[in-house]
Amino acid sequence: MSTHIAGRKSGLVWATHITVAALVIIWLVPTIGLLVSSFRDRDQISESGWWKSFSSVEQAYRGRVDTVAVTRDGDLWVVEASIFTDEEVSGSFPDGSGRVTAFGDSGRAPGEYDAGTTAEIGNGETLTMQSDGSYRYTSATEPEGRGARVYFIAATPPEFTFANYETVLTSDNMDRAFINTLTVTIPATIIPILMAAFAAYALAWMDFRGRGFMIAMIVGLLVVPLQLALVPMLQLHNAVGIGQSFLGIWLAHAAFGQPLAVYLLRNYMIGLPRDIIESAKVDGATDFQIFIKIILPLSFPALAAFAIFQFLWTWNDLLIAKVFLPSSDEAKVMTVKIADDLLGSRGGDWGILATAAFVSIAVPLAVFFSLQRYLVRGLLAGSVK
Amino acid sequence: MNPALQGLMTIVVGVGGCFAYFYLSNQFLDRVLFPAKGPHASRNINRASRIRPWLFLFPTAFALGLYLLYPVVGSFIRSLYNRSGDEFIGLGNYTSLIGSGEFRTAFMNNVLWALVVPAASTILGLIIAQLTDKIAWGNIAKSIIFMPMAISFVGASLIWKFVYAIDEDIGLINALRDWAGLAPIDVLQLPFWNNIFLMVILIWVQTGFAMVILSAALRGIPEETIEASILDGANPFQIFLKIQVPQITGTITVVWTTITILTLKVFDIVYAMTGGNFDTQILPSYMMQFMFRDDGRATAVAILIMLIVTPVMISNIAQARKELR
Repeated sequence: MSTHIAGRKSGLVWATHITVAALVIIWLVPTIGLLVSSFRDRDQISESGWWKSFSSVEQAYRGRVDTVAVTRDGDLWVVEASIFTDEEVSGSFPDGSGRVTAFGDSGRAPGEYDAGTTAEIGNGETLTMQSDGSYRYTSATEPEGRGARVYFIAATPPEFTFANYETVLTSDNMDRAFINTLTVTIPATIIPILMAAFAAYALAWMDFRGRGFMIAMIVGLLVVPLQLALVPMLQLHNAVGIGQSFLGIWLAHAAFGQPLAVYLLRNYMIGLPRDIIESAKVDGATDFQIFIKIILPLSFPALAAFAIFQFLWTWNDLLIAKVFLPSSDEAKVMTVKIADDLLGSRGGDWGILATAAFVSIAVPLAVFFSLQRYLVRGLLAGSVK
Repeated sequence: MNPALQGLMTIVVGVGGCFAYFYLSNQFLDRVLFPAKGPHASRNINRASRIRPWLFLFPTAFALGLYLLYPVVGSFIRSLYNRSGDEFIGLGNYTSLIGSGEFRTAFMNNVLWALVVPAASTILGLIIAQLTDKIAWGNIAKSIIFMPMAISFVGASLIWKFVYAIDEDIGLINALRDWAGLAPIDVLQLPFWNNIFLMVILIWVQTGFAMVILSAALRGIPEETIEASILDGANPFQIFLKIQVPQITGTITVVWTTITILTLKVFDIVYAMTGGNFDTQILPSYMMQFMFRDDGRATAVAILIMLIVTPVMISNIAQARKELR
């Protein structure tokens, strides 16, 4: 288009690149935060922001002075050992080494003294800790029982783990919710397509009184708020014995998807070449045959587009699932699970929250990125002609 | 029965049932009711072809009638009854709604949402559509900005919790404040501004939609109009604002109204982020407070949402009828 103009004004080109880059970063950063957080260790999440997750984290640890390696030096009892071999600590430093920046003798000030200095810690005891974790502890009296408490600050290397995914997928019924979401989504995507395809064919290629009225009605129903249907349809479901159940939500999704499905498919079908359909009619094909053998295969892009819409919509839905599915834990879909359970009870467990959210958005994102072409085509068929 | 198995069966029964219905009903029409042979062959063909469209339409029409048309009436009637549904109270639910402060807050917030979200999404989408058209990696940028469309509102809310969290090791906003030496704040409790922070989530989701459609519209503009303005010495901003935008006002309107309608119906974000607390209630989330507790009030709120949507609906229908002619 007007690129050659912009080409002359290279300042404007740079401004364009920078603006778009800034927008892309703004759009992407929240999602990246979620993804990174879902792989982080629980302790690290509370110690540093995810944007710092690729550098080490300074964290406080506590251990005890060793009680085995006690030696005498004059009138002092001395312990010389490495803090990283202490059993309370060694789990966090599996290779037995780390970098201590500070130490202390109370939980309130775990980093009171810098590494390498000697601290008087009362009762005639002193403690010297080096940055490599080796320490020298002296005491005027013989150490008895458990060793003295030692606190220290050490840098922990960045740690990424699948632990959150394990927790989410094996406990908390999130695995169940994932299956439930699939169970709701697949029938609720496939069934309405077929119903709508027949109706769209009639509205596109059959001439009858009331056609204009039906089209106008479909257009009108596109914007009807689903909130209206909740109370009366739940009552009706209860009255006929469907109640709150998977069958109920399939019926509801199939019906609520009809206006958009018919609208999209009709817009597409009406653009199919008239000659093919008329010559088939001249050859004696019935409407049913024309529909099955010509229209349906030719409409594949529109069918795919609607299928993606309906899939995303049913997968991501919270409203219909809250109303038409039972509220018991066995029937919860992921959106309900996250919104009602995790955000409430696990409000502070950011790793679990991030992981649950990522599990729930992974499938739609995969569908989105692999079938984006059809989605865009469908959007365009629905809005611009 | 295992729900997954039940689902599989539903697919088979649903799809098979659909085909069986269409096939058998057409056969019945052509073979039994109005066979295209015998003394009245041509009259029968005519009659059959007058009925056939309705065979094709029936499942959809039935579903629409039951799940979308009947509820308009059903909800309205229910909204005239009290909480338990046994006593007719006329417009009682509506008057008590209008008298309640929380309803007025929800209504005003909804107005704000319906003004801010479509405007911001459409304008941002338009600007991004124009900018990405001009650069080589524009399609990648578009794909990323379009991505939130695939994410549920619940998922989007959670994603943004990681931006808004009060803990400066979690929330980006408070991390920036911390870096600048300011005390952390809970942005979801800031009066008035918390609404804007919630809207940002929906804008983040909807901008991609606006961008995709407006980008196609921009590409559909005849090249000559742009070339002529270049020859006349117009600068890129003038070309954009005075040549391109005026030619796609129709599409801009469609995008704007589509997002407005959506904005009036989305309850998930408020529900997941604040639960309607701190004066962030909007009508759809307000309705869900009454759902299962007071169906009279719940349906009254639903009818009010419907009333707000009606003007758009009428204009859409009028537009569709114009295109049909």
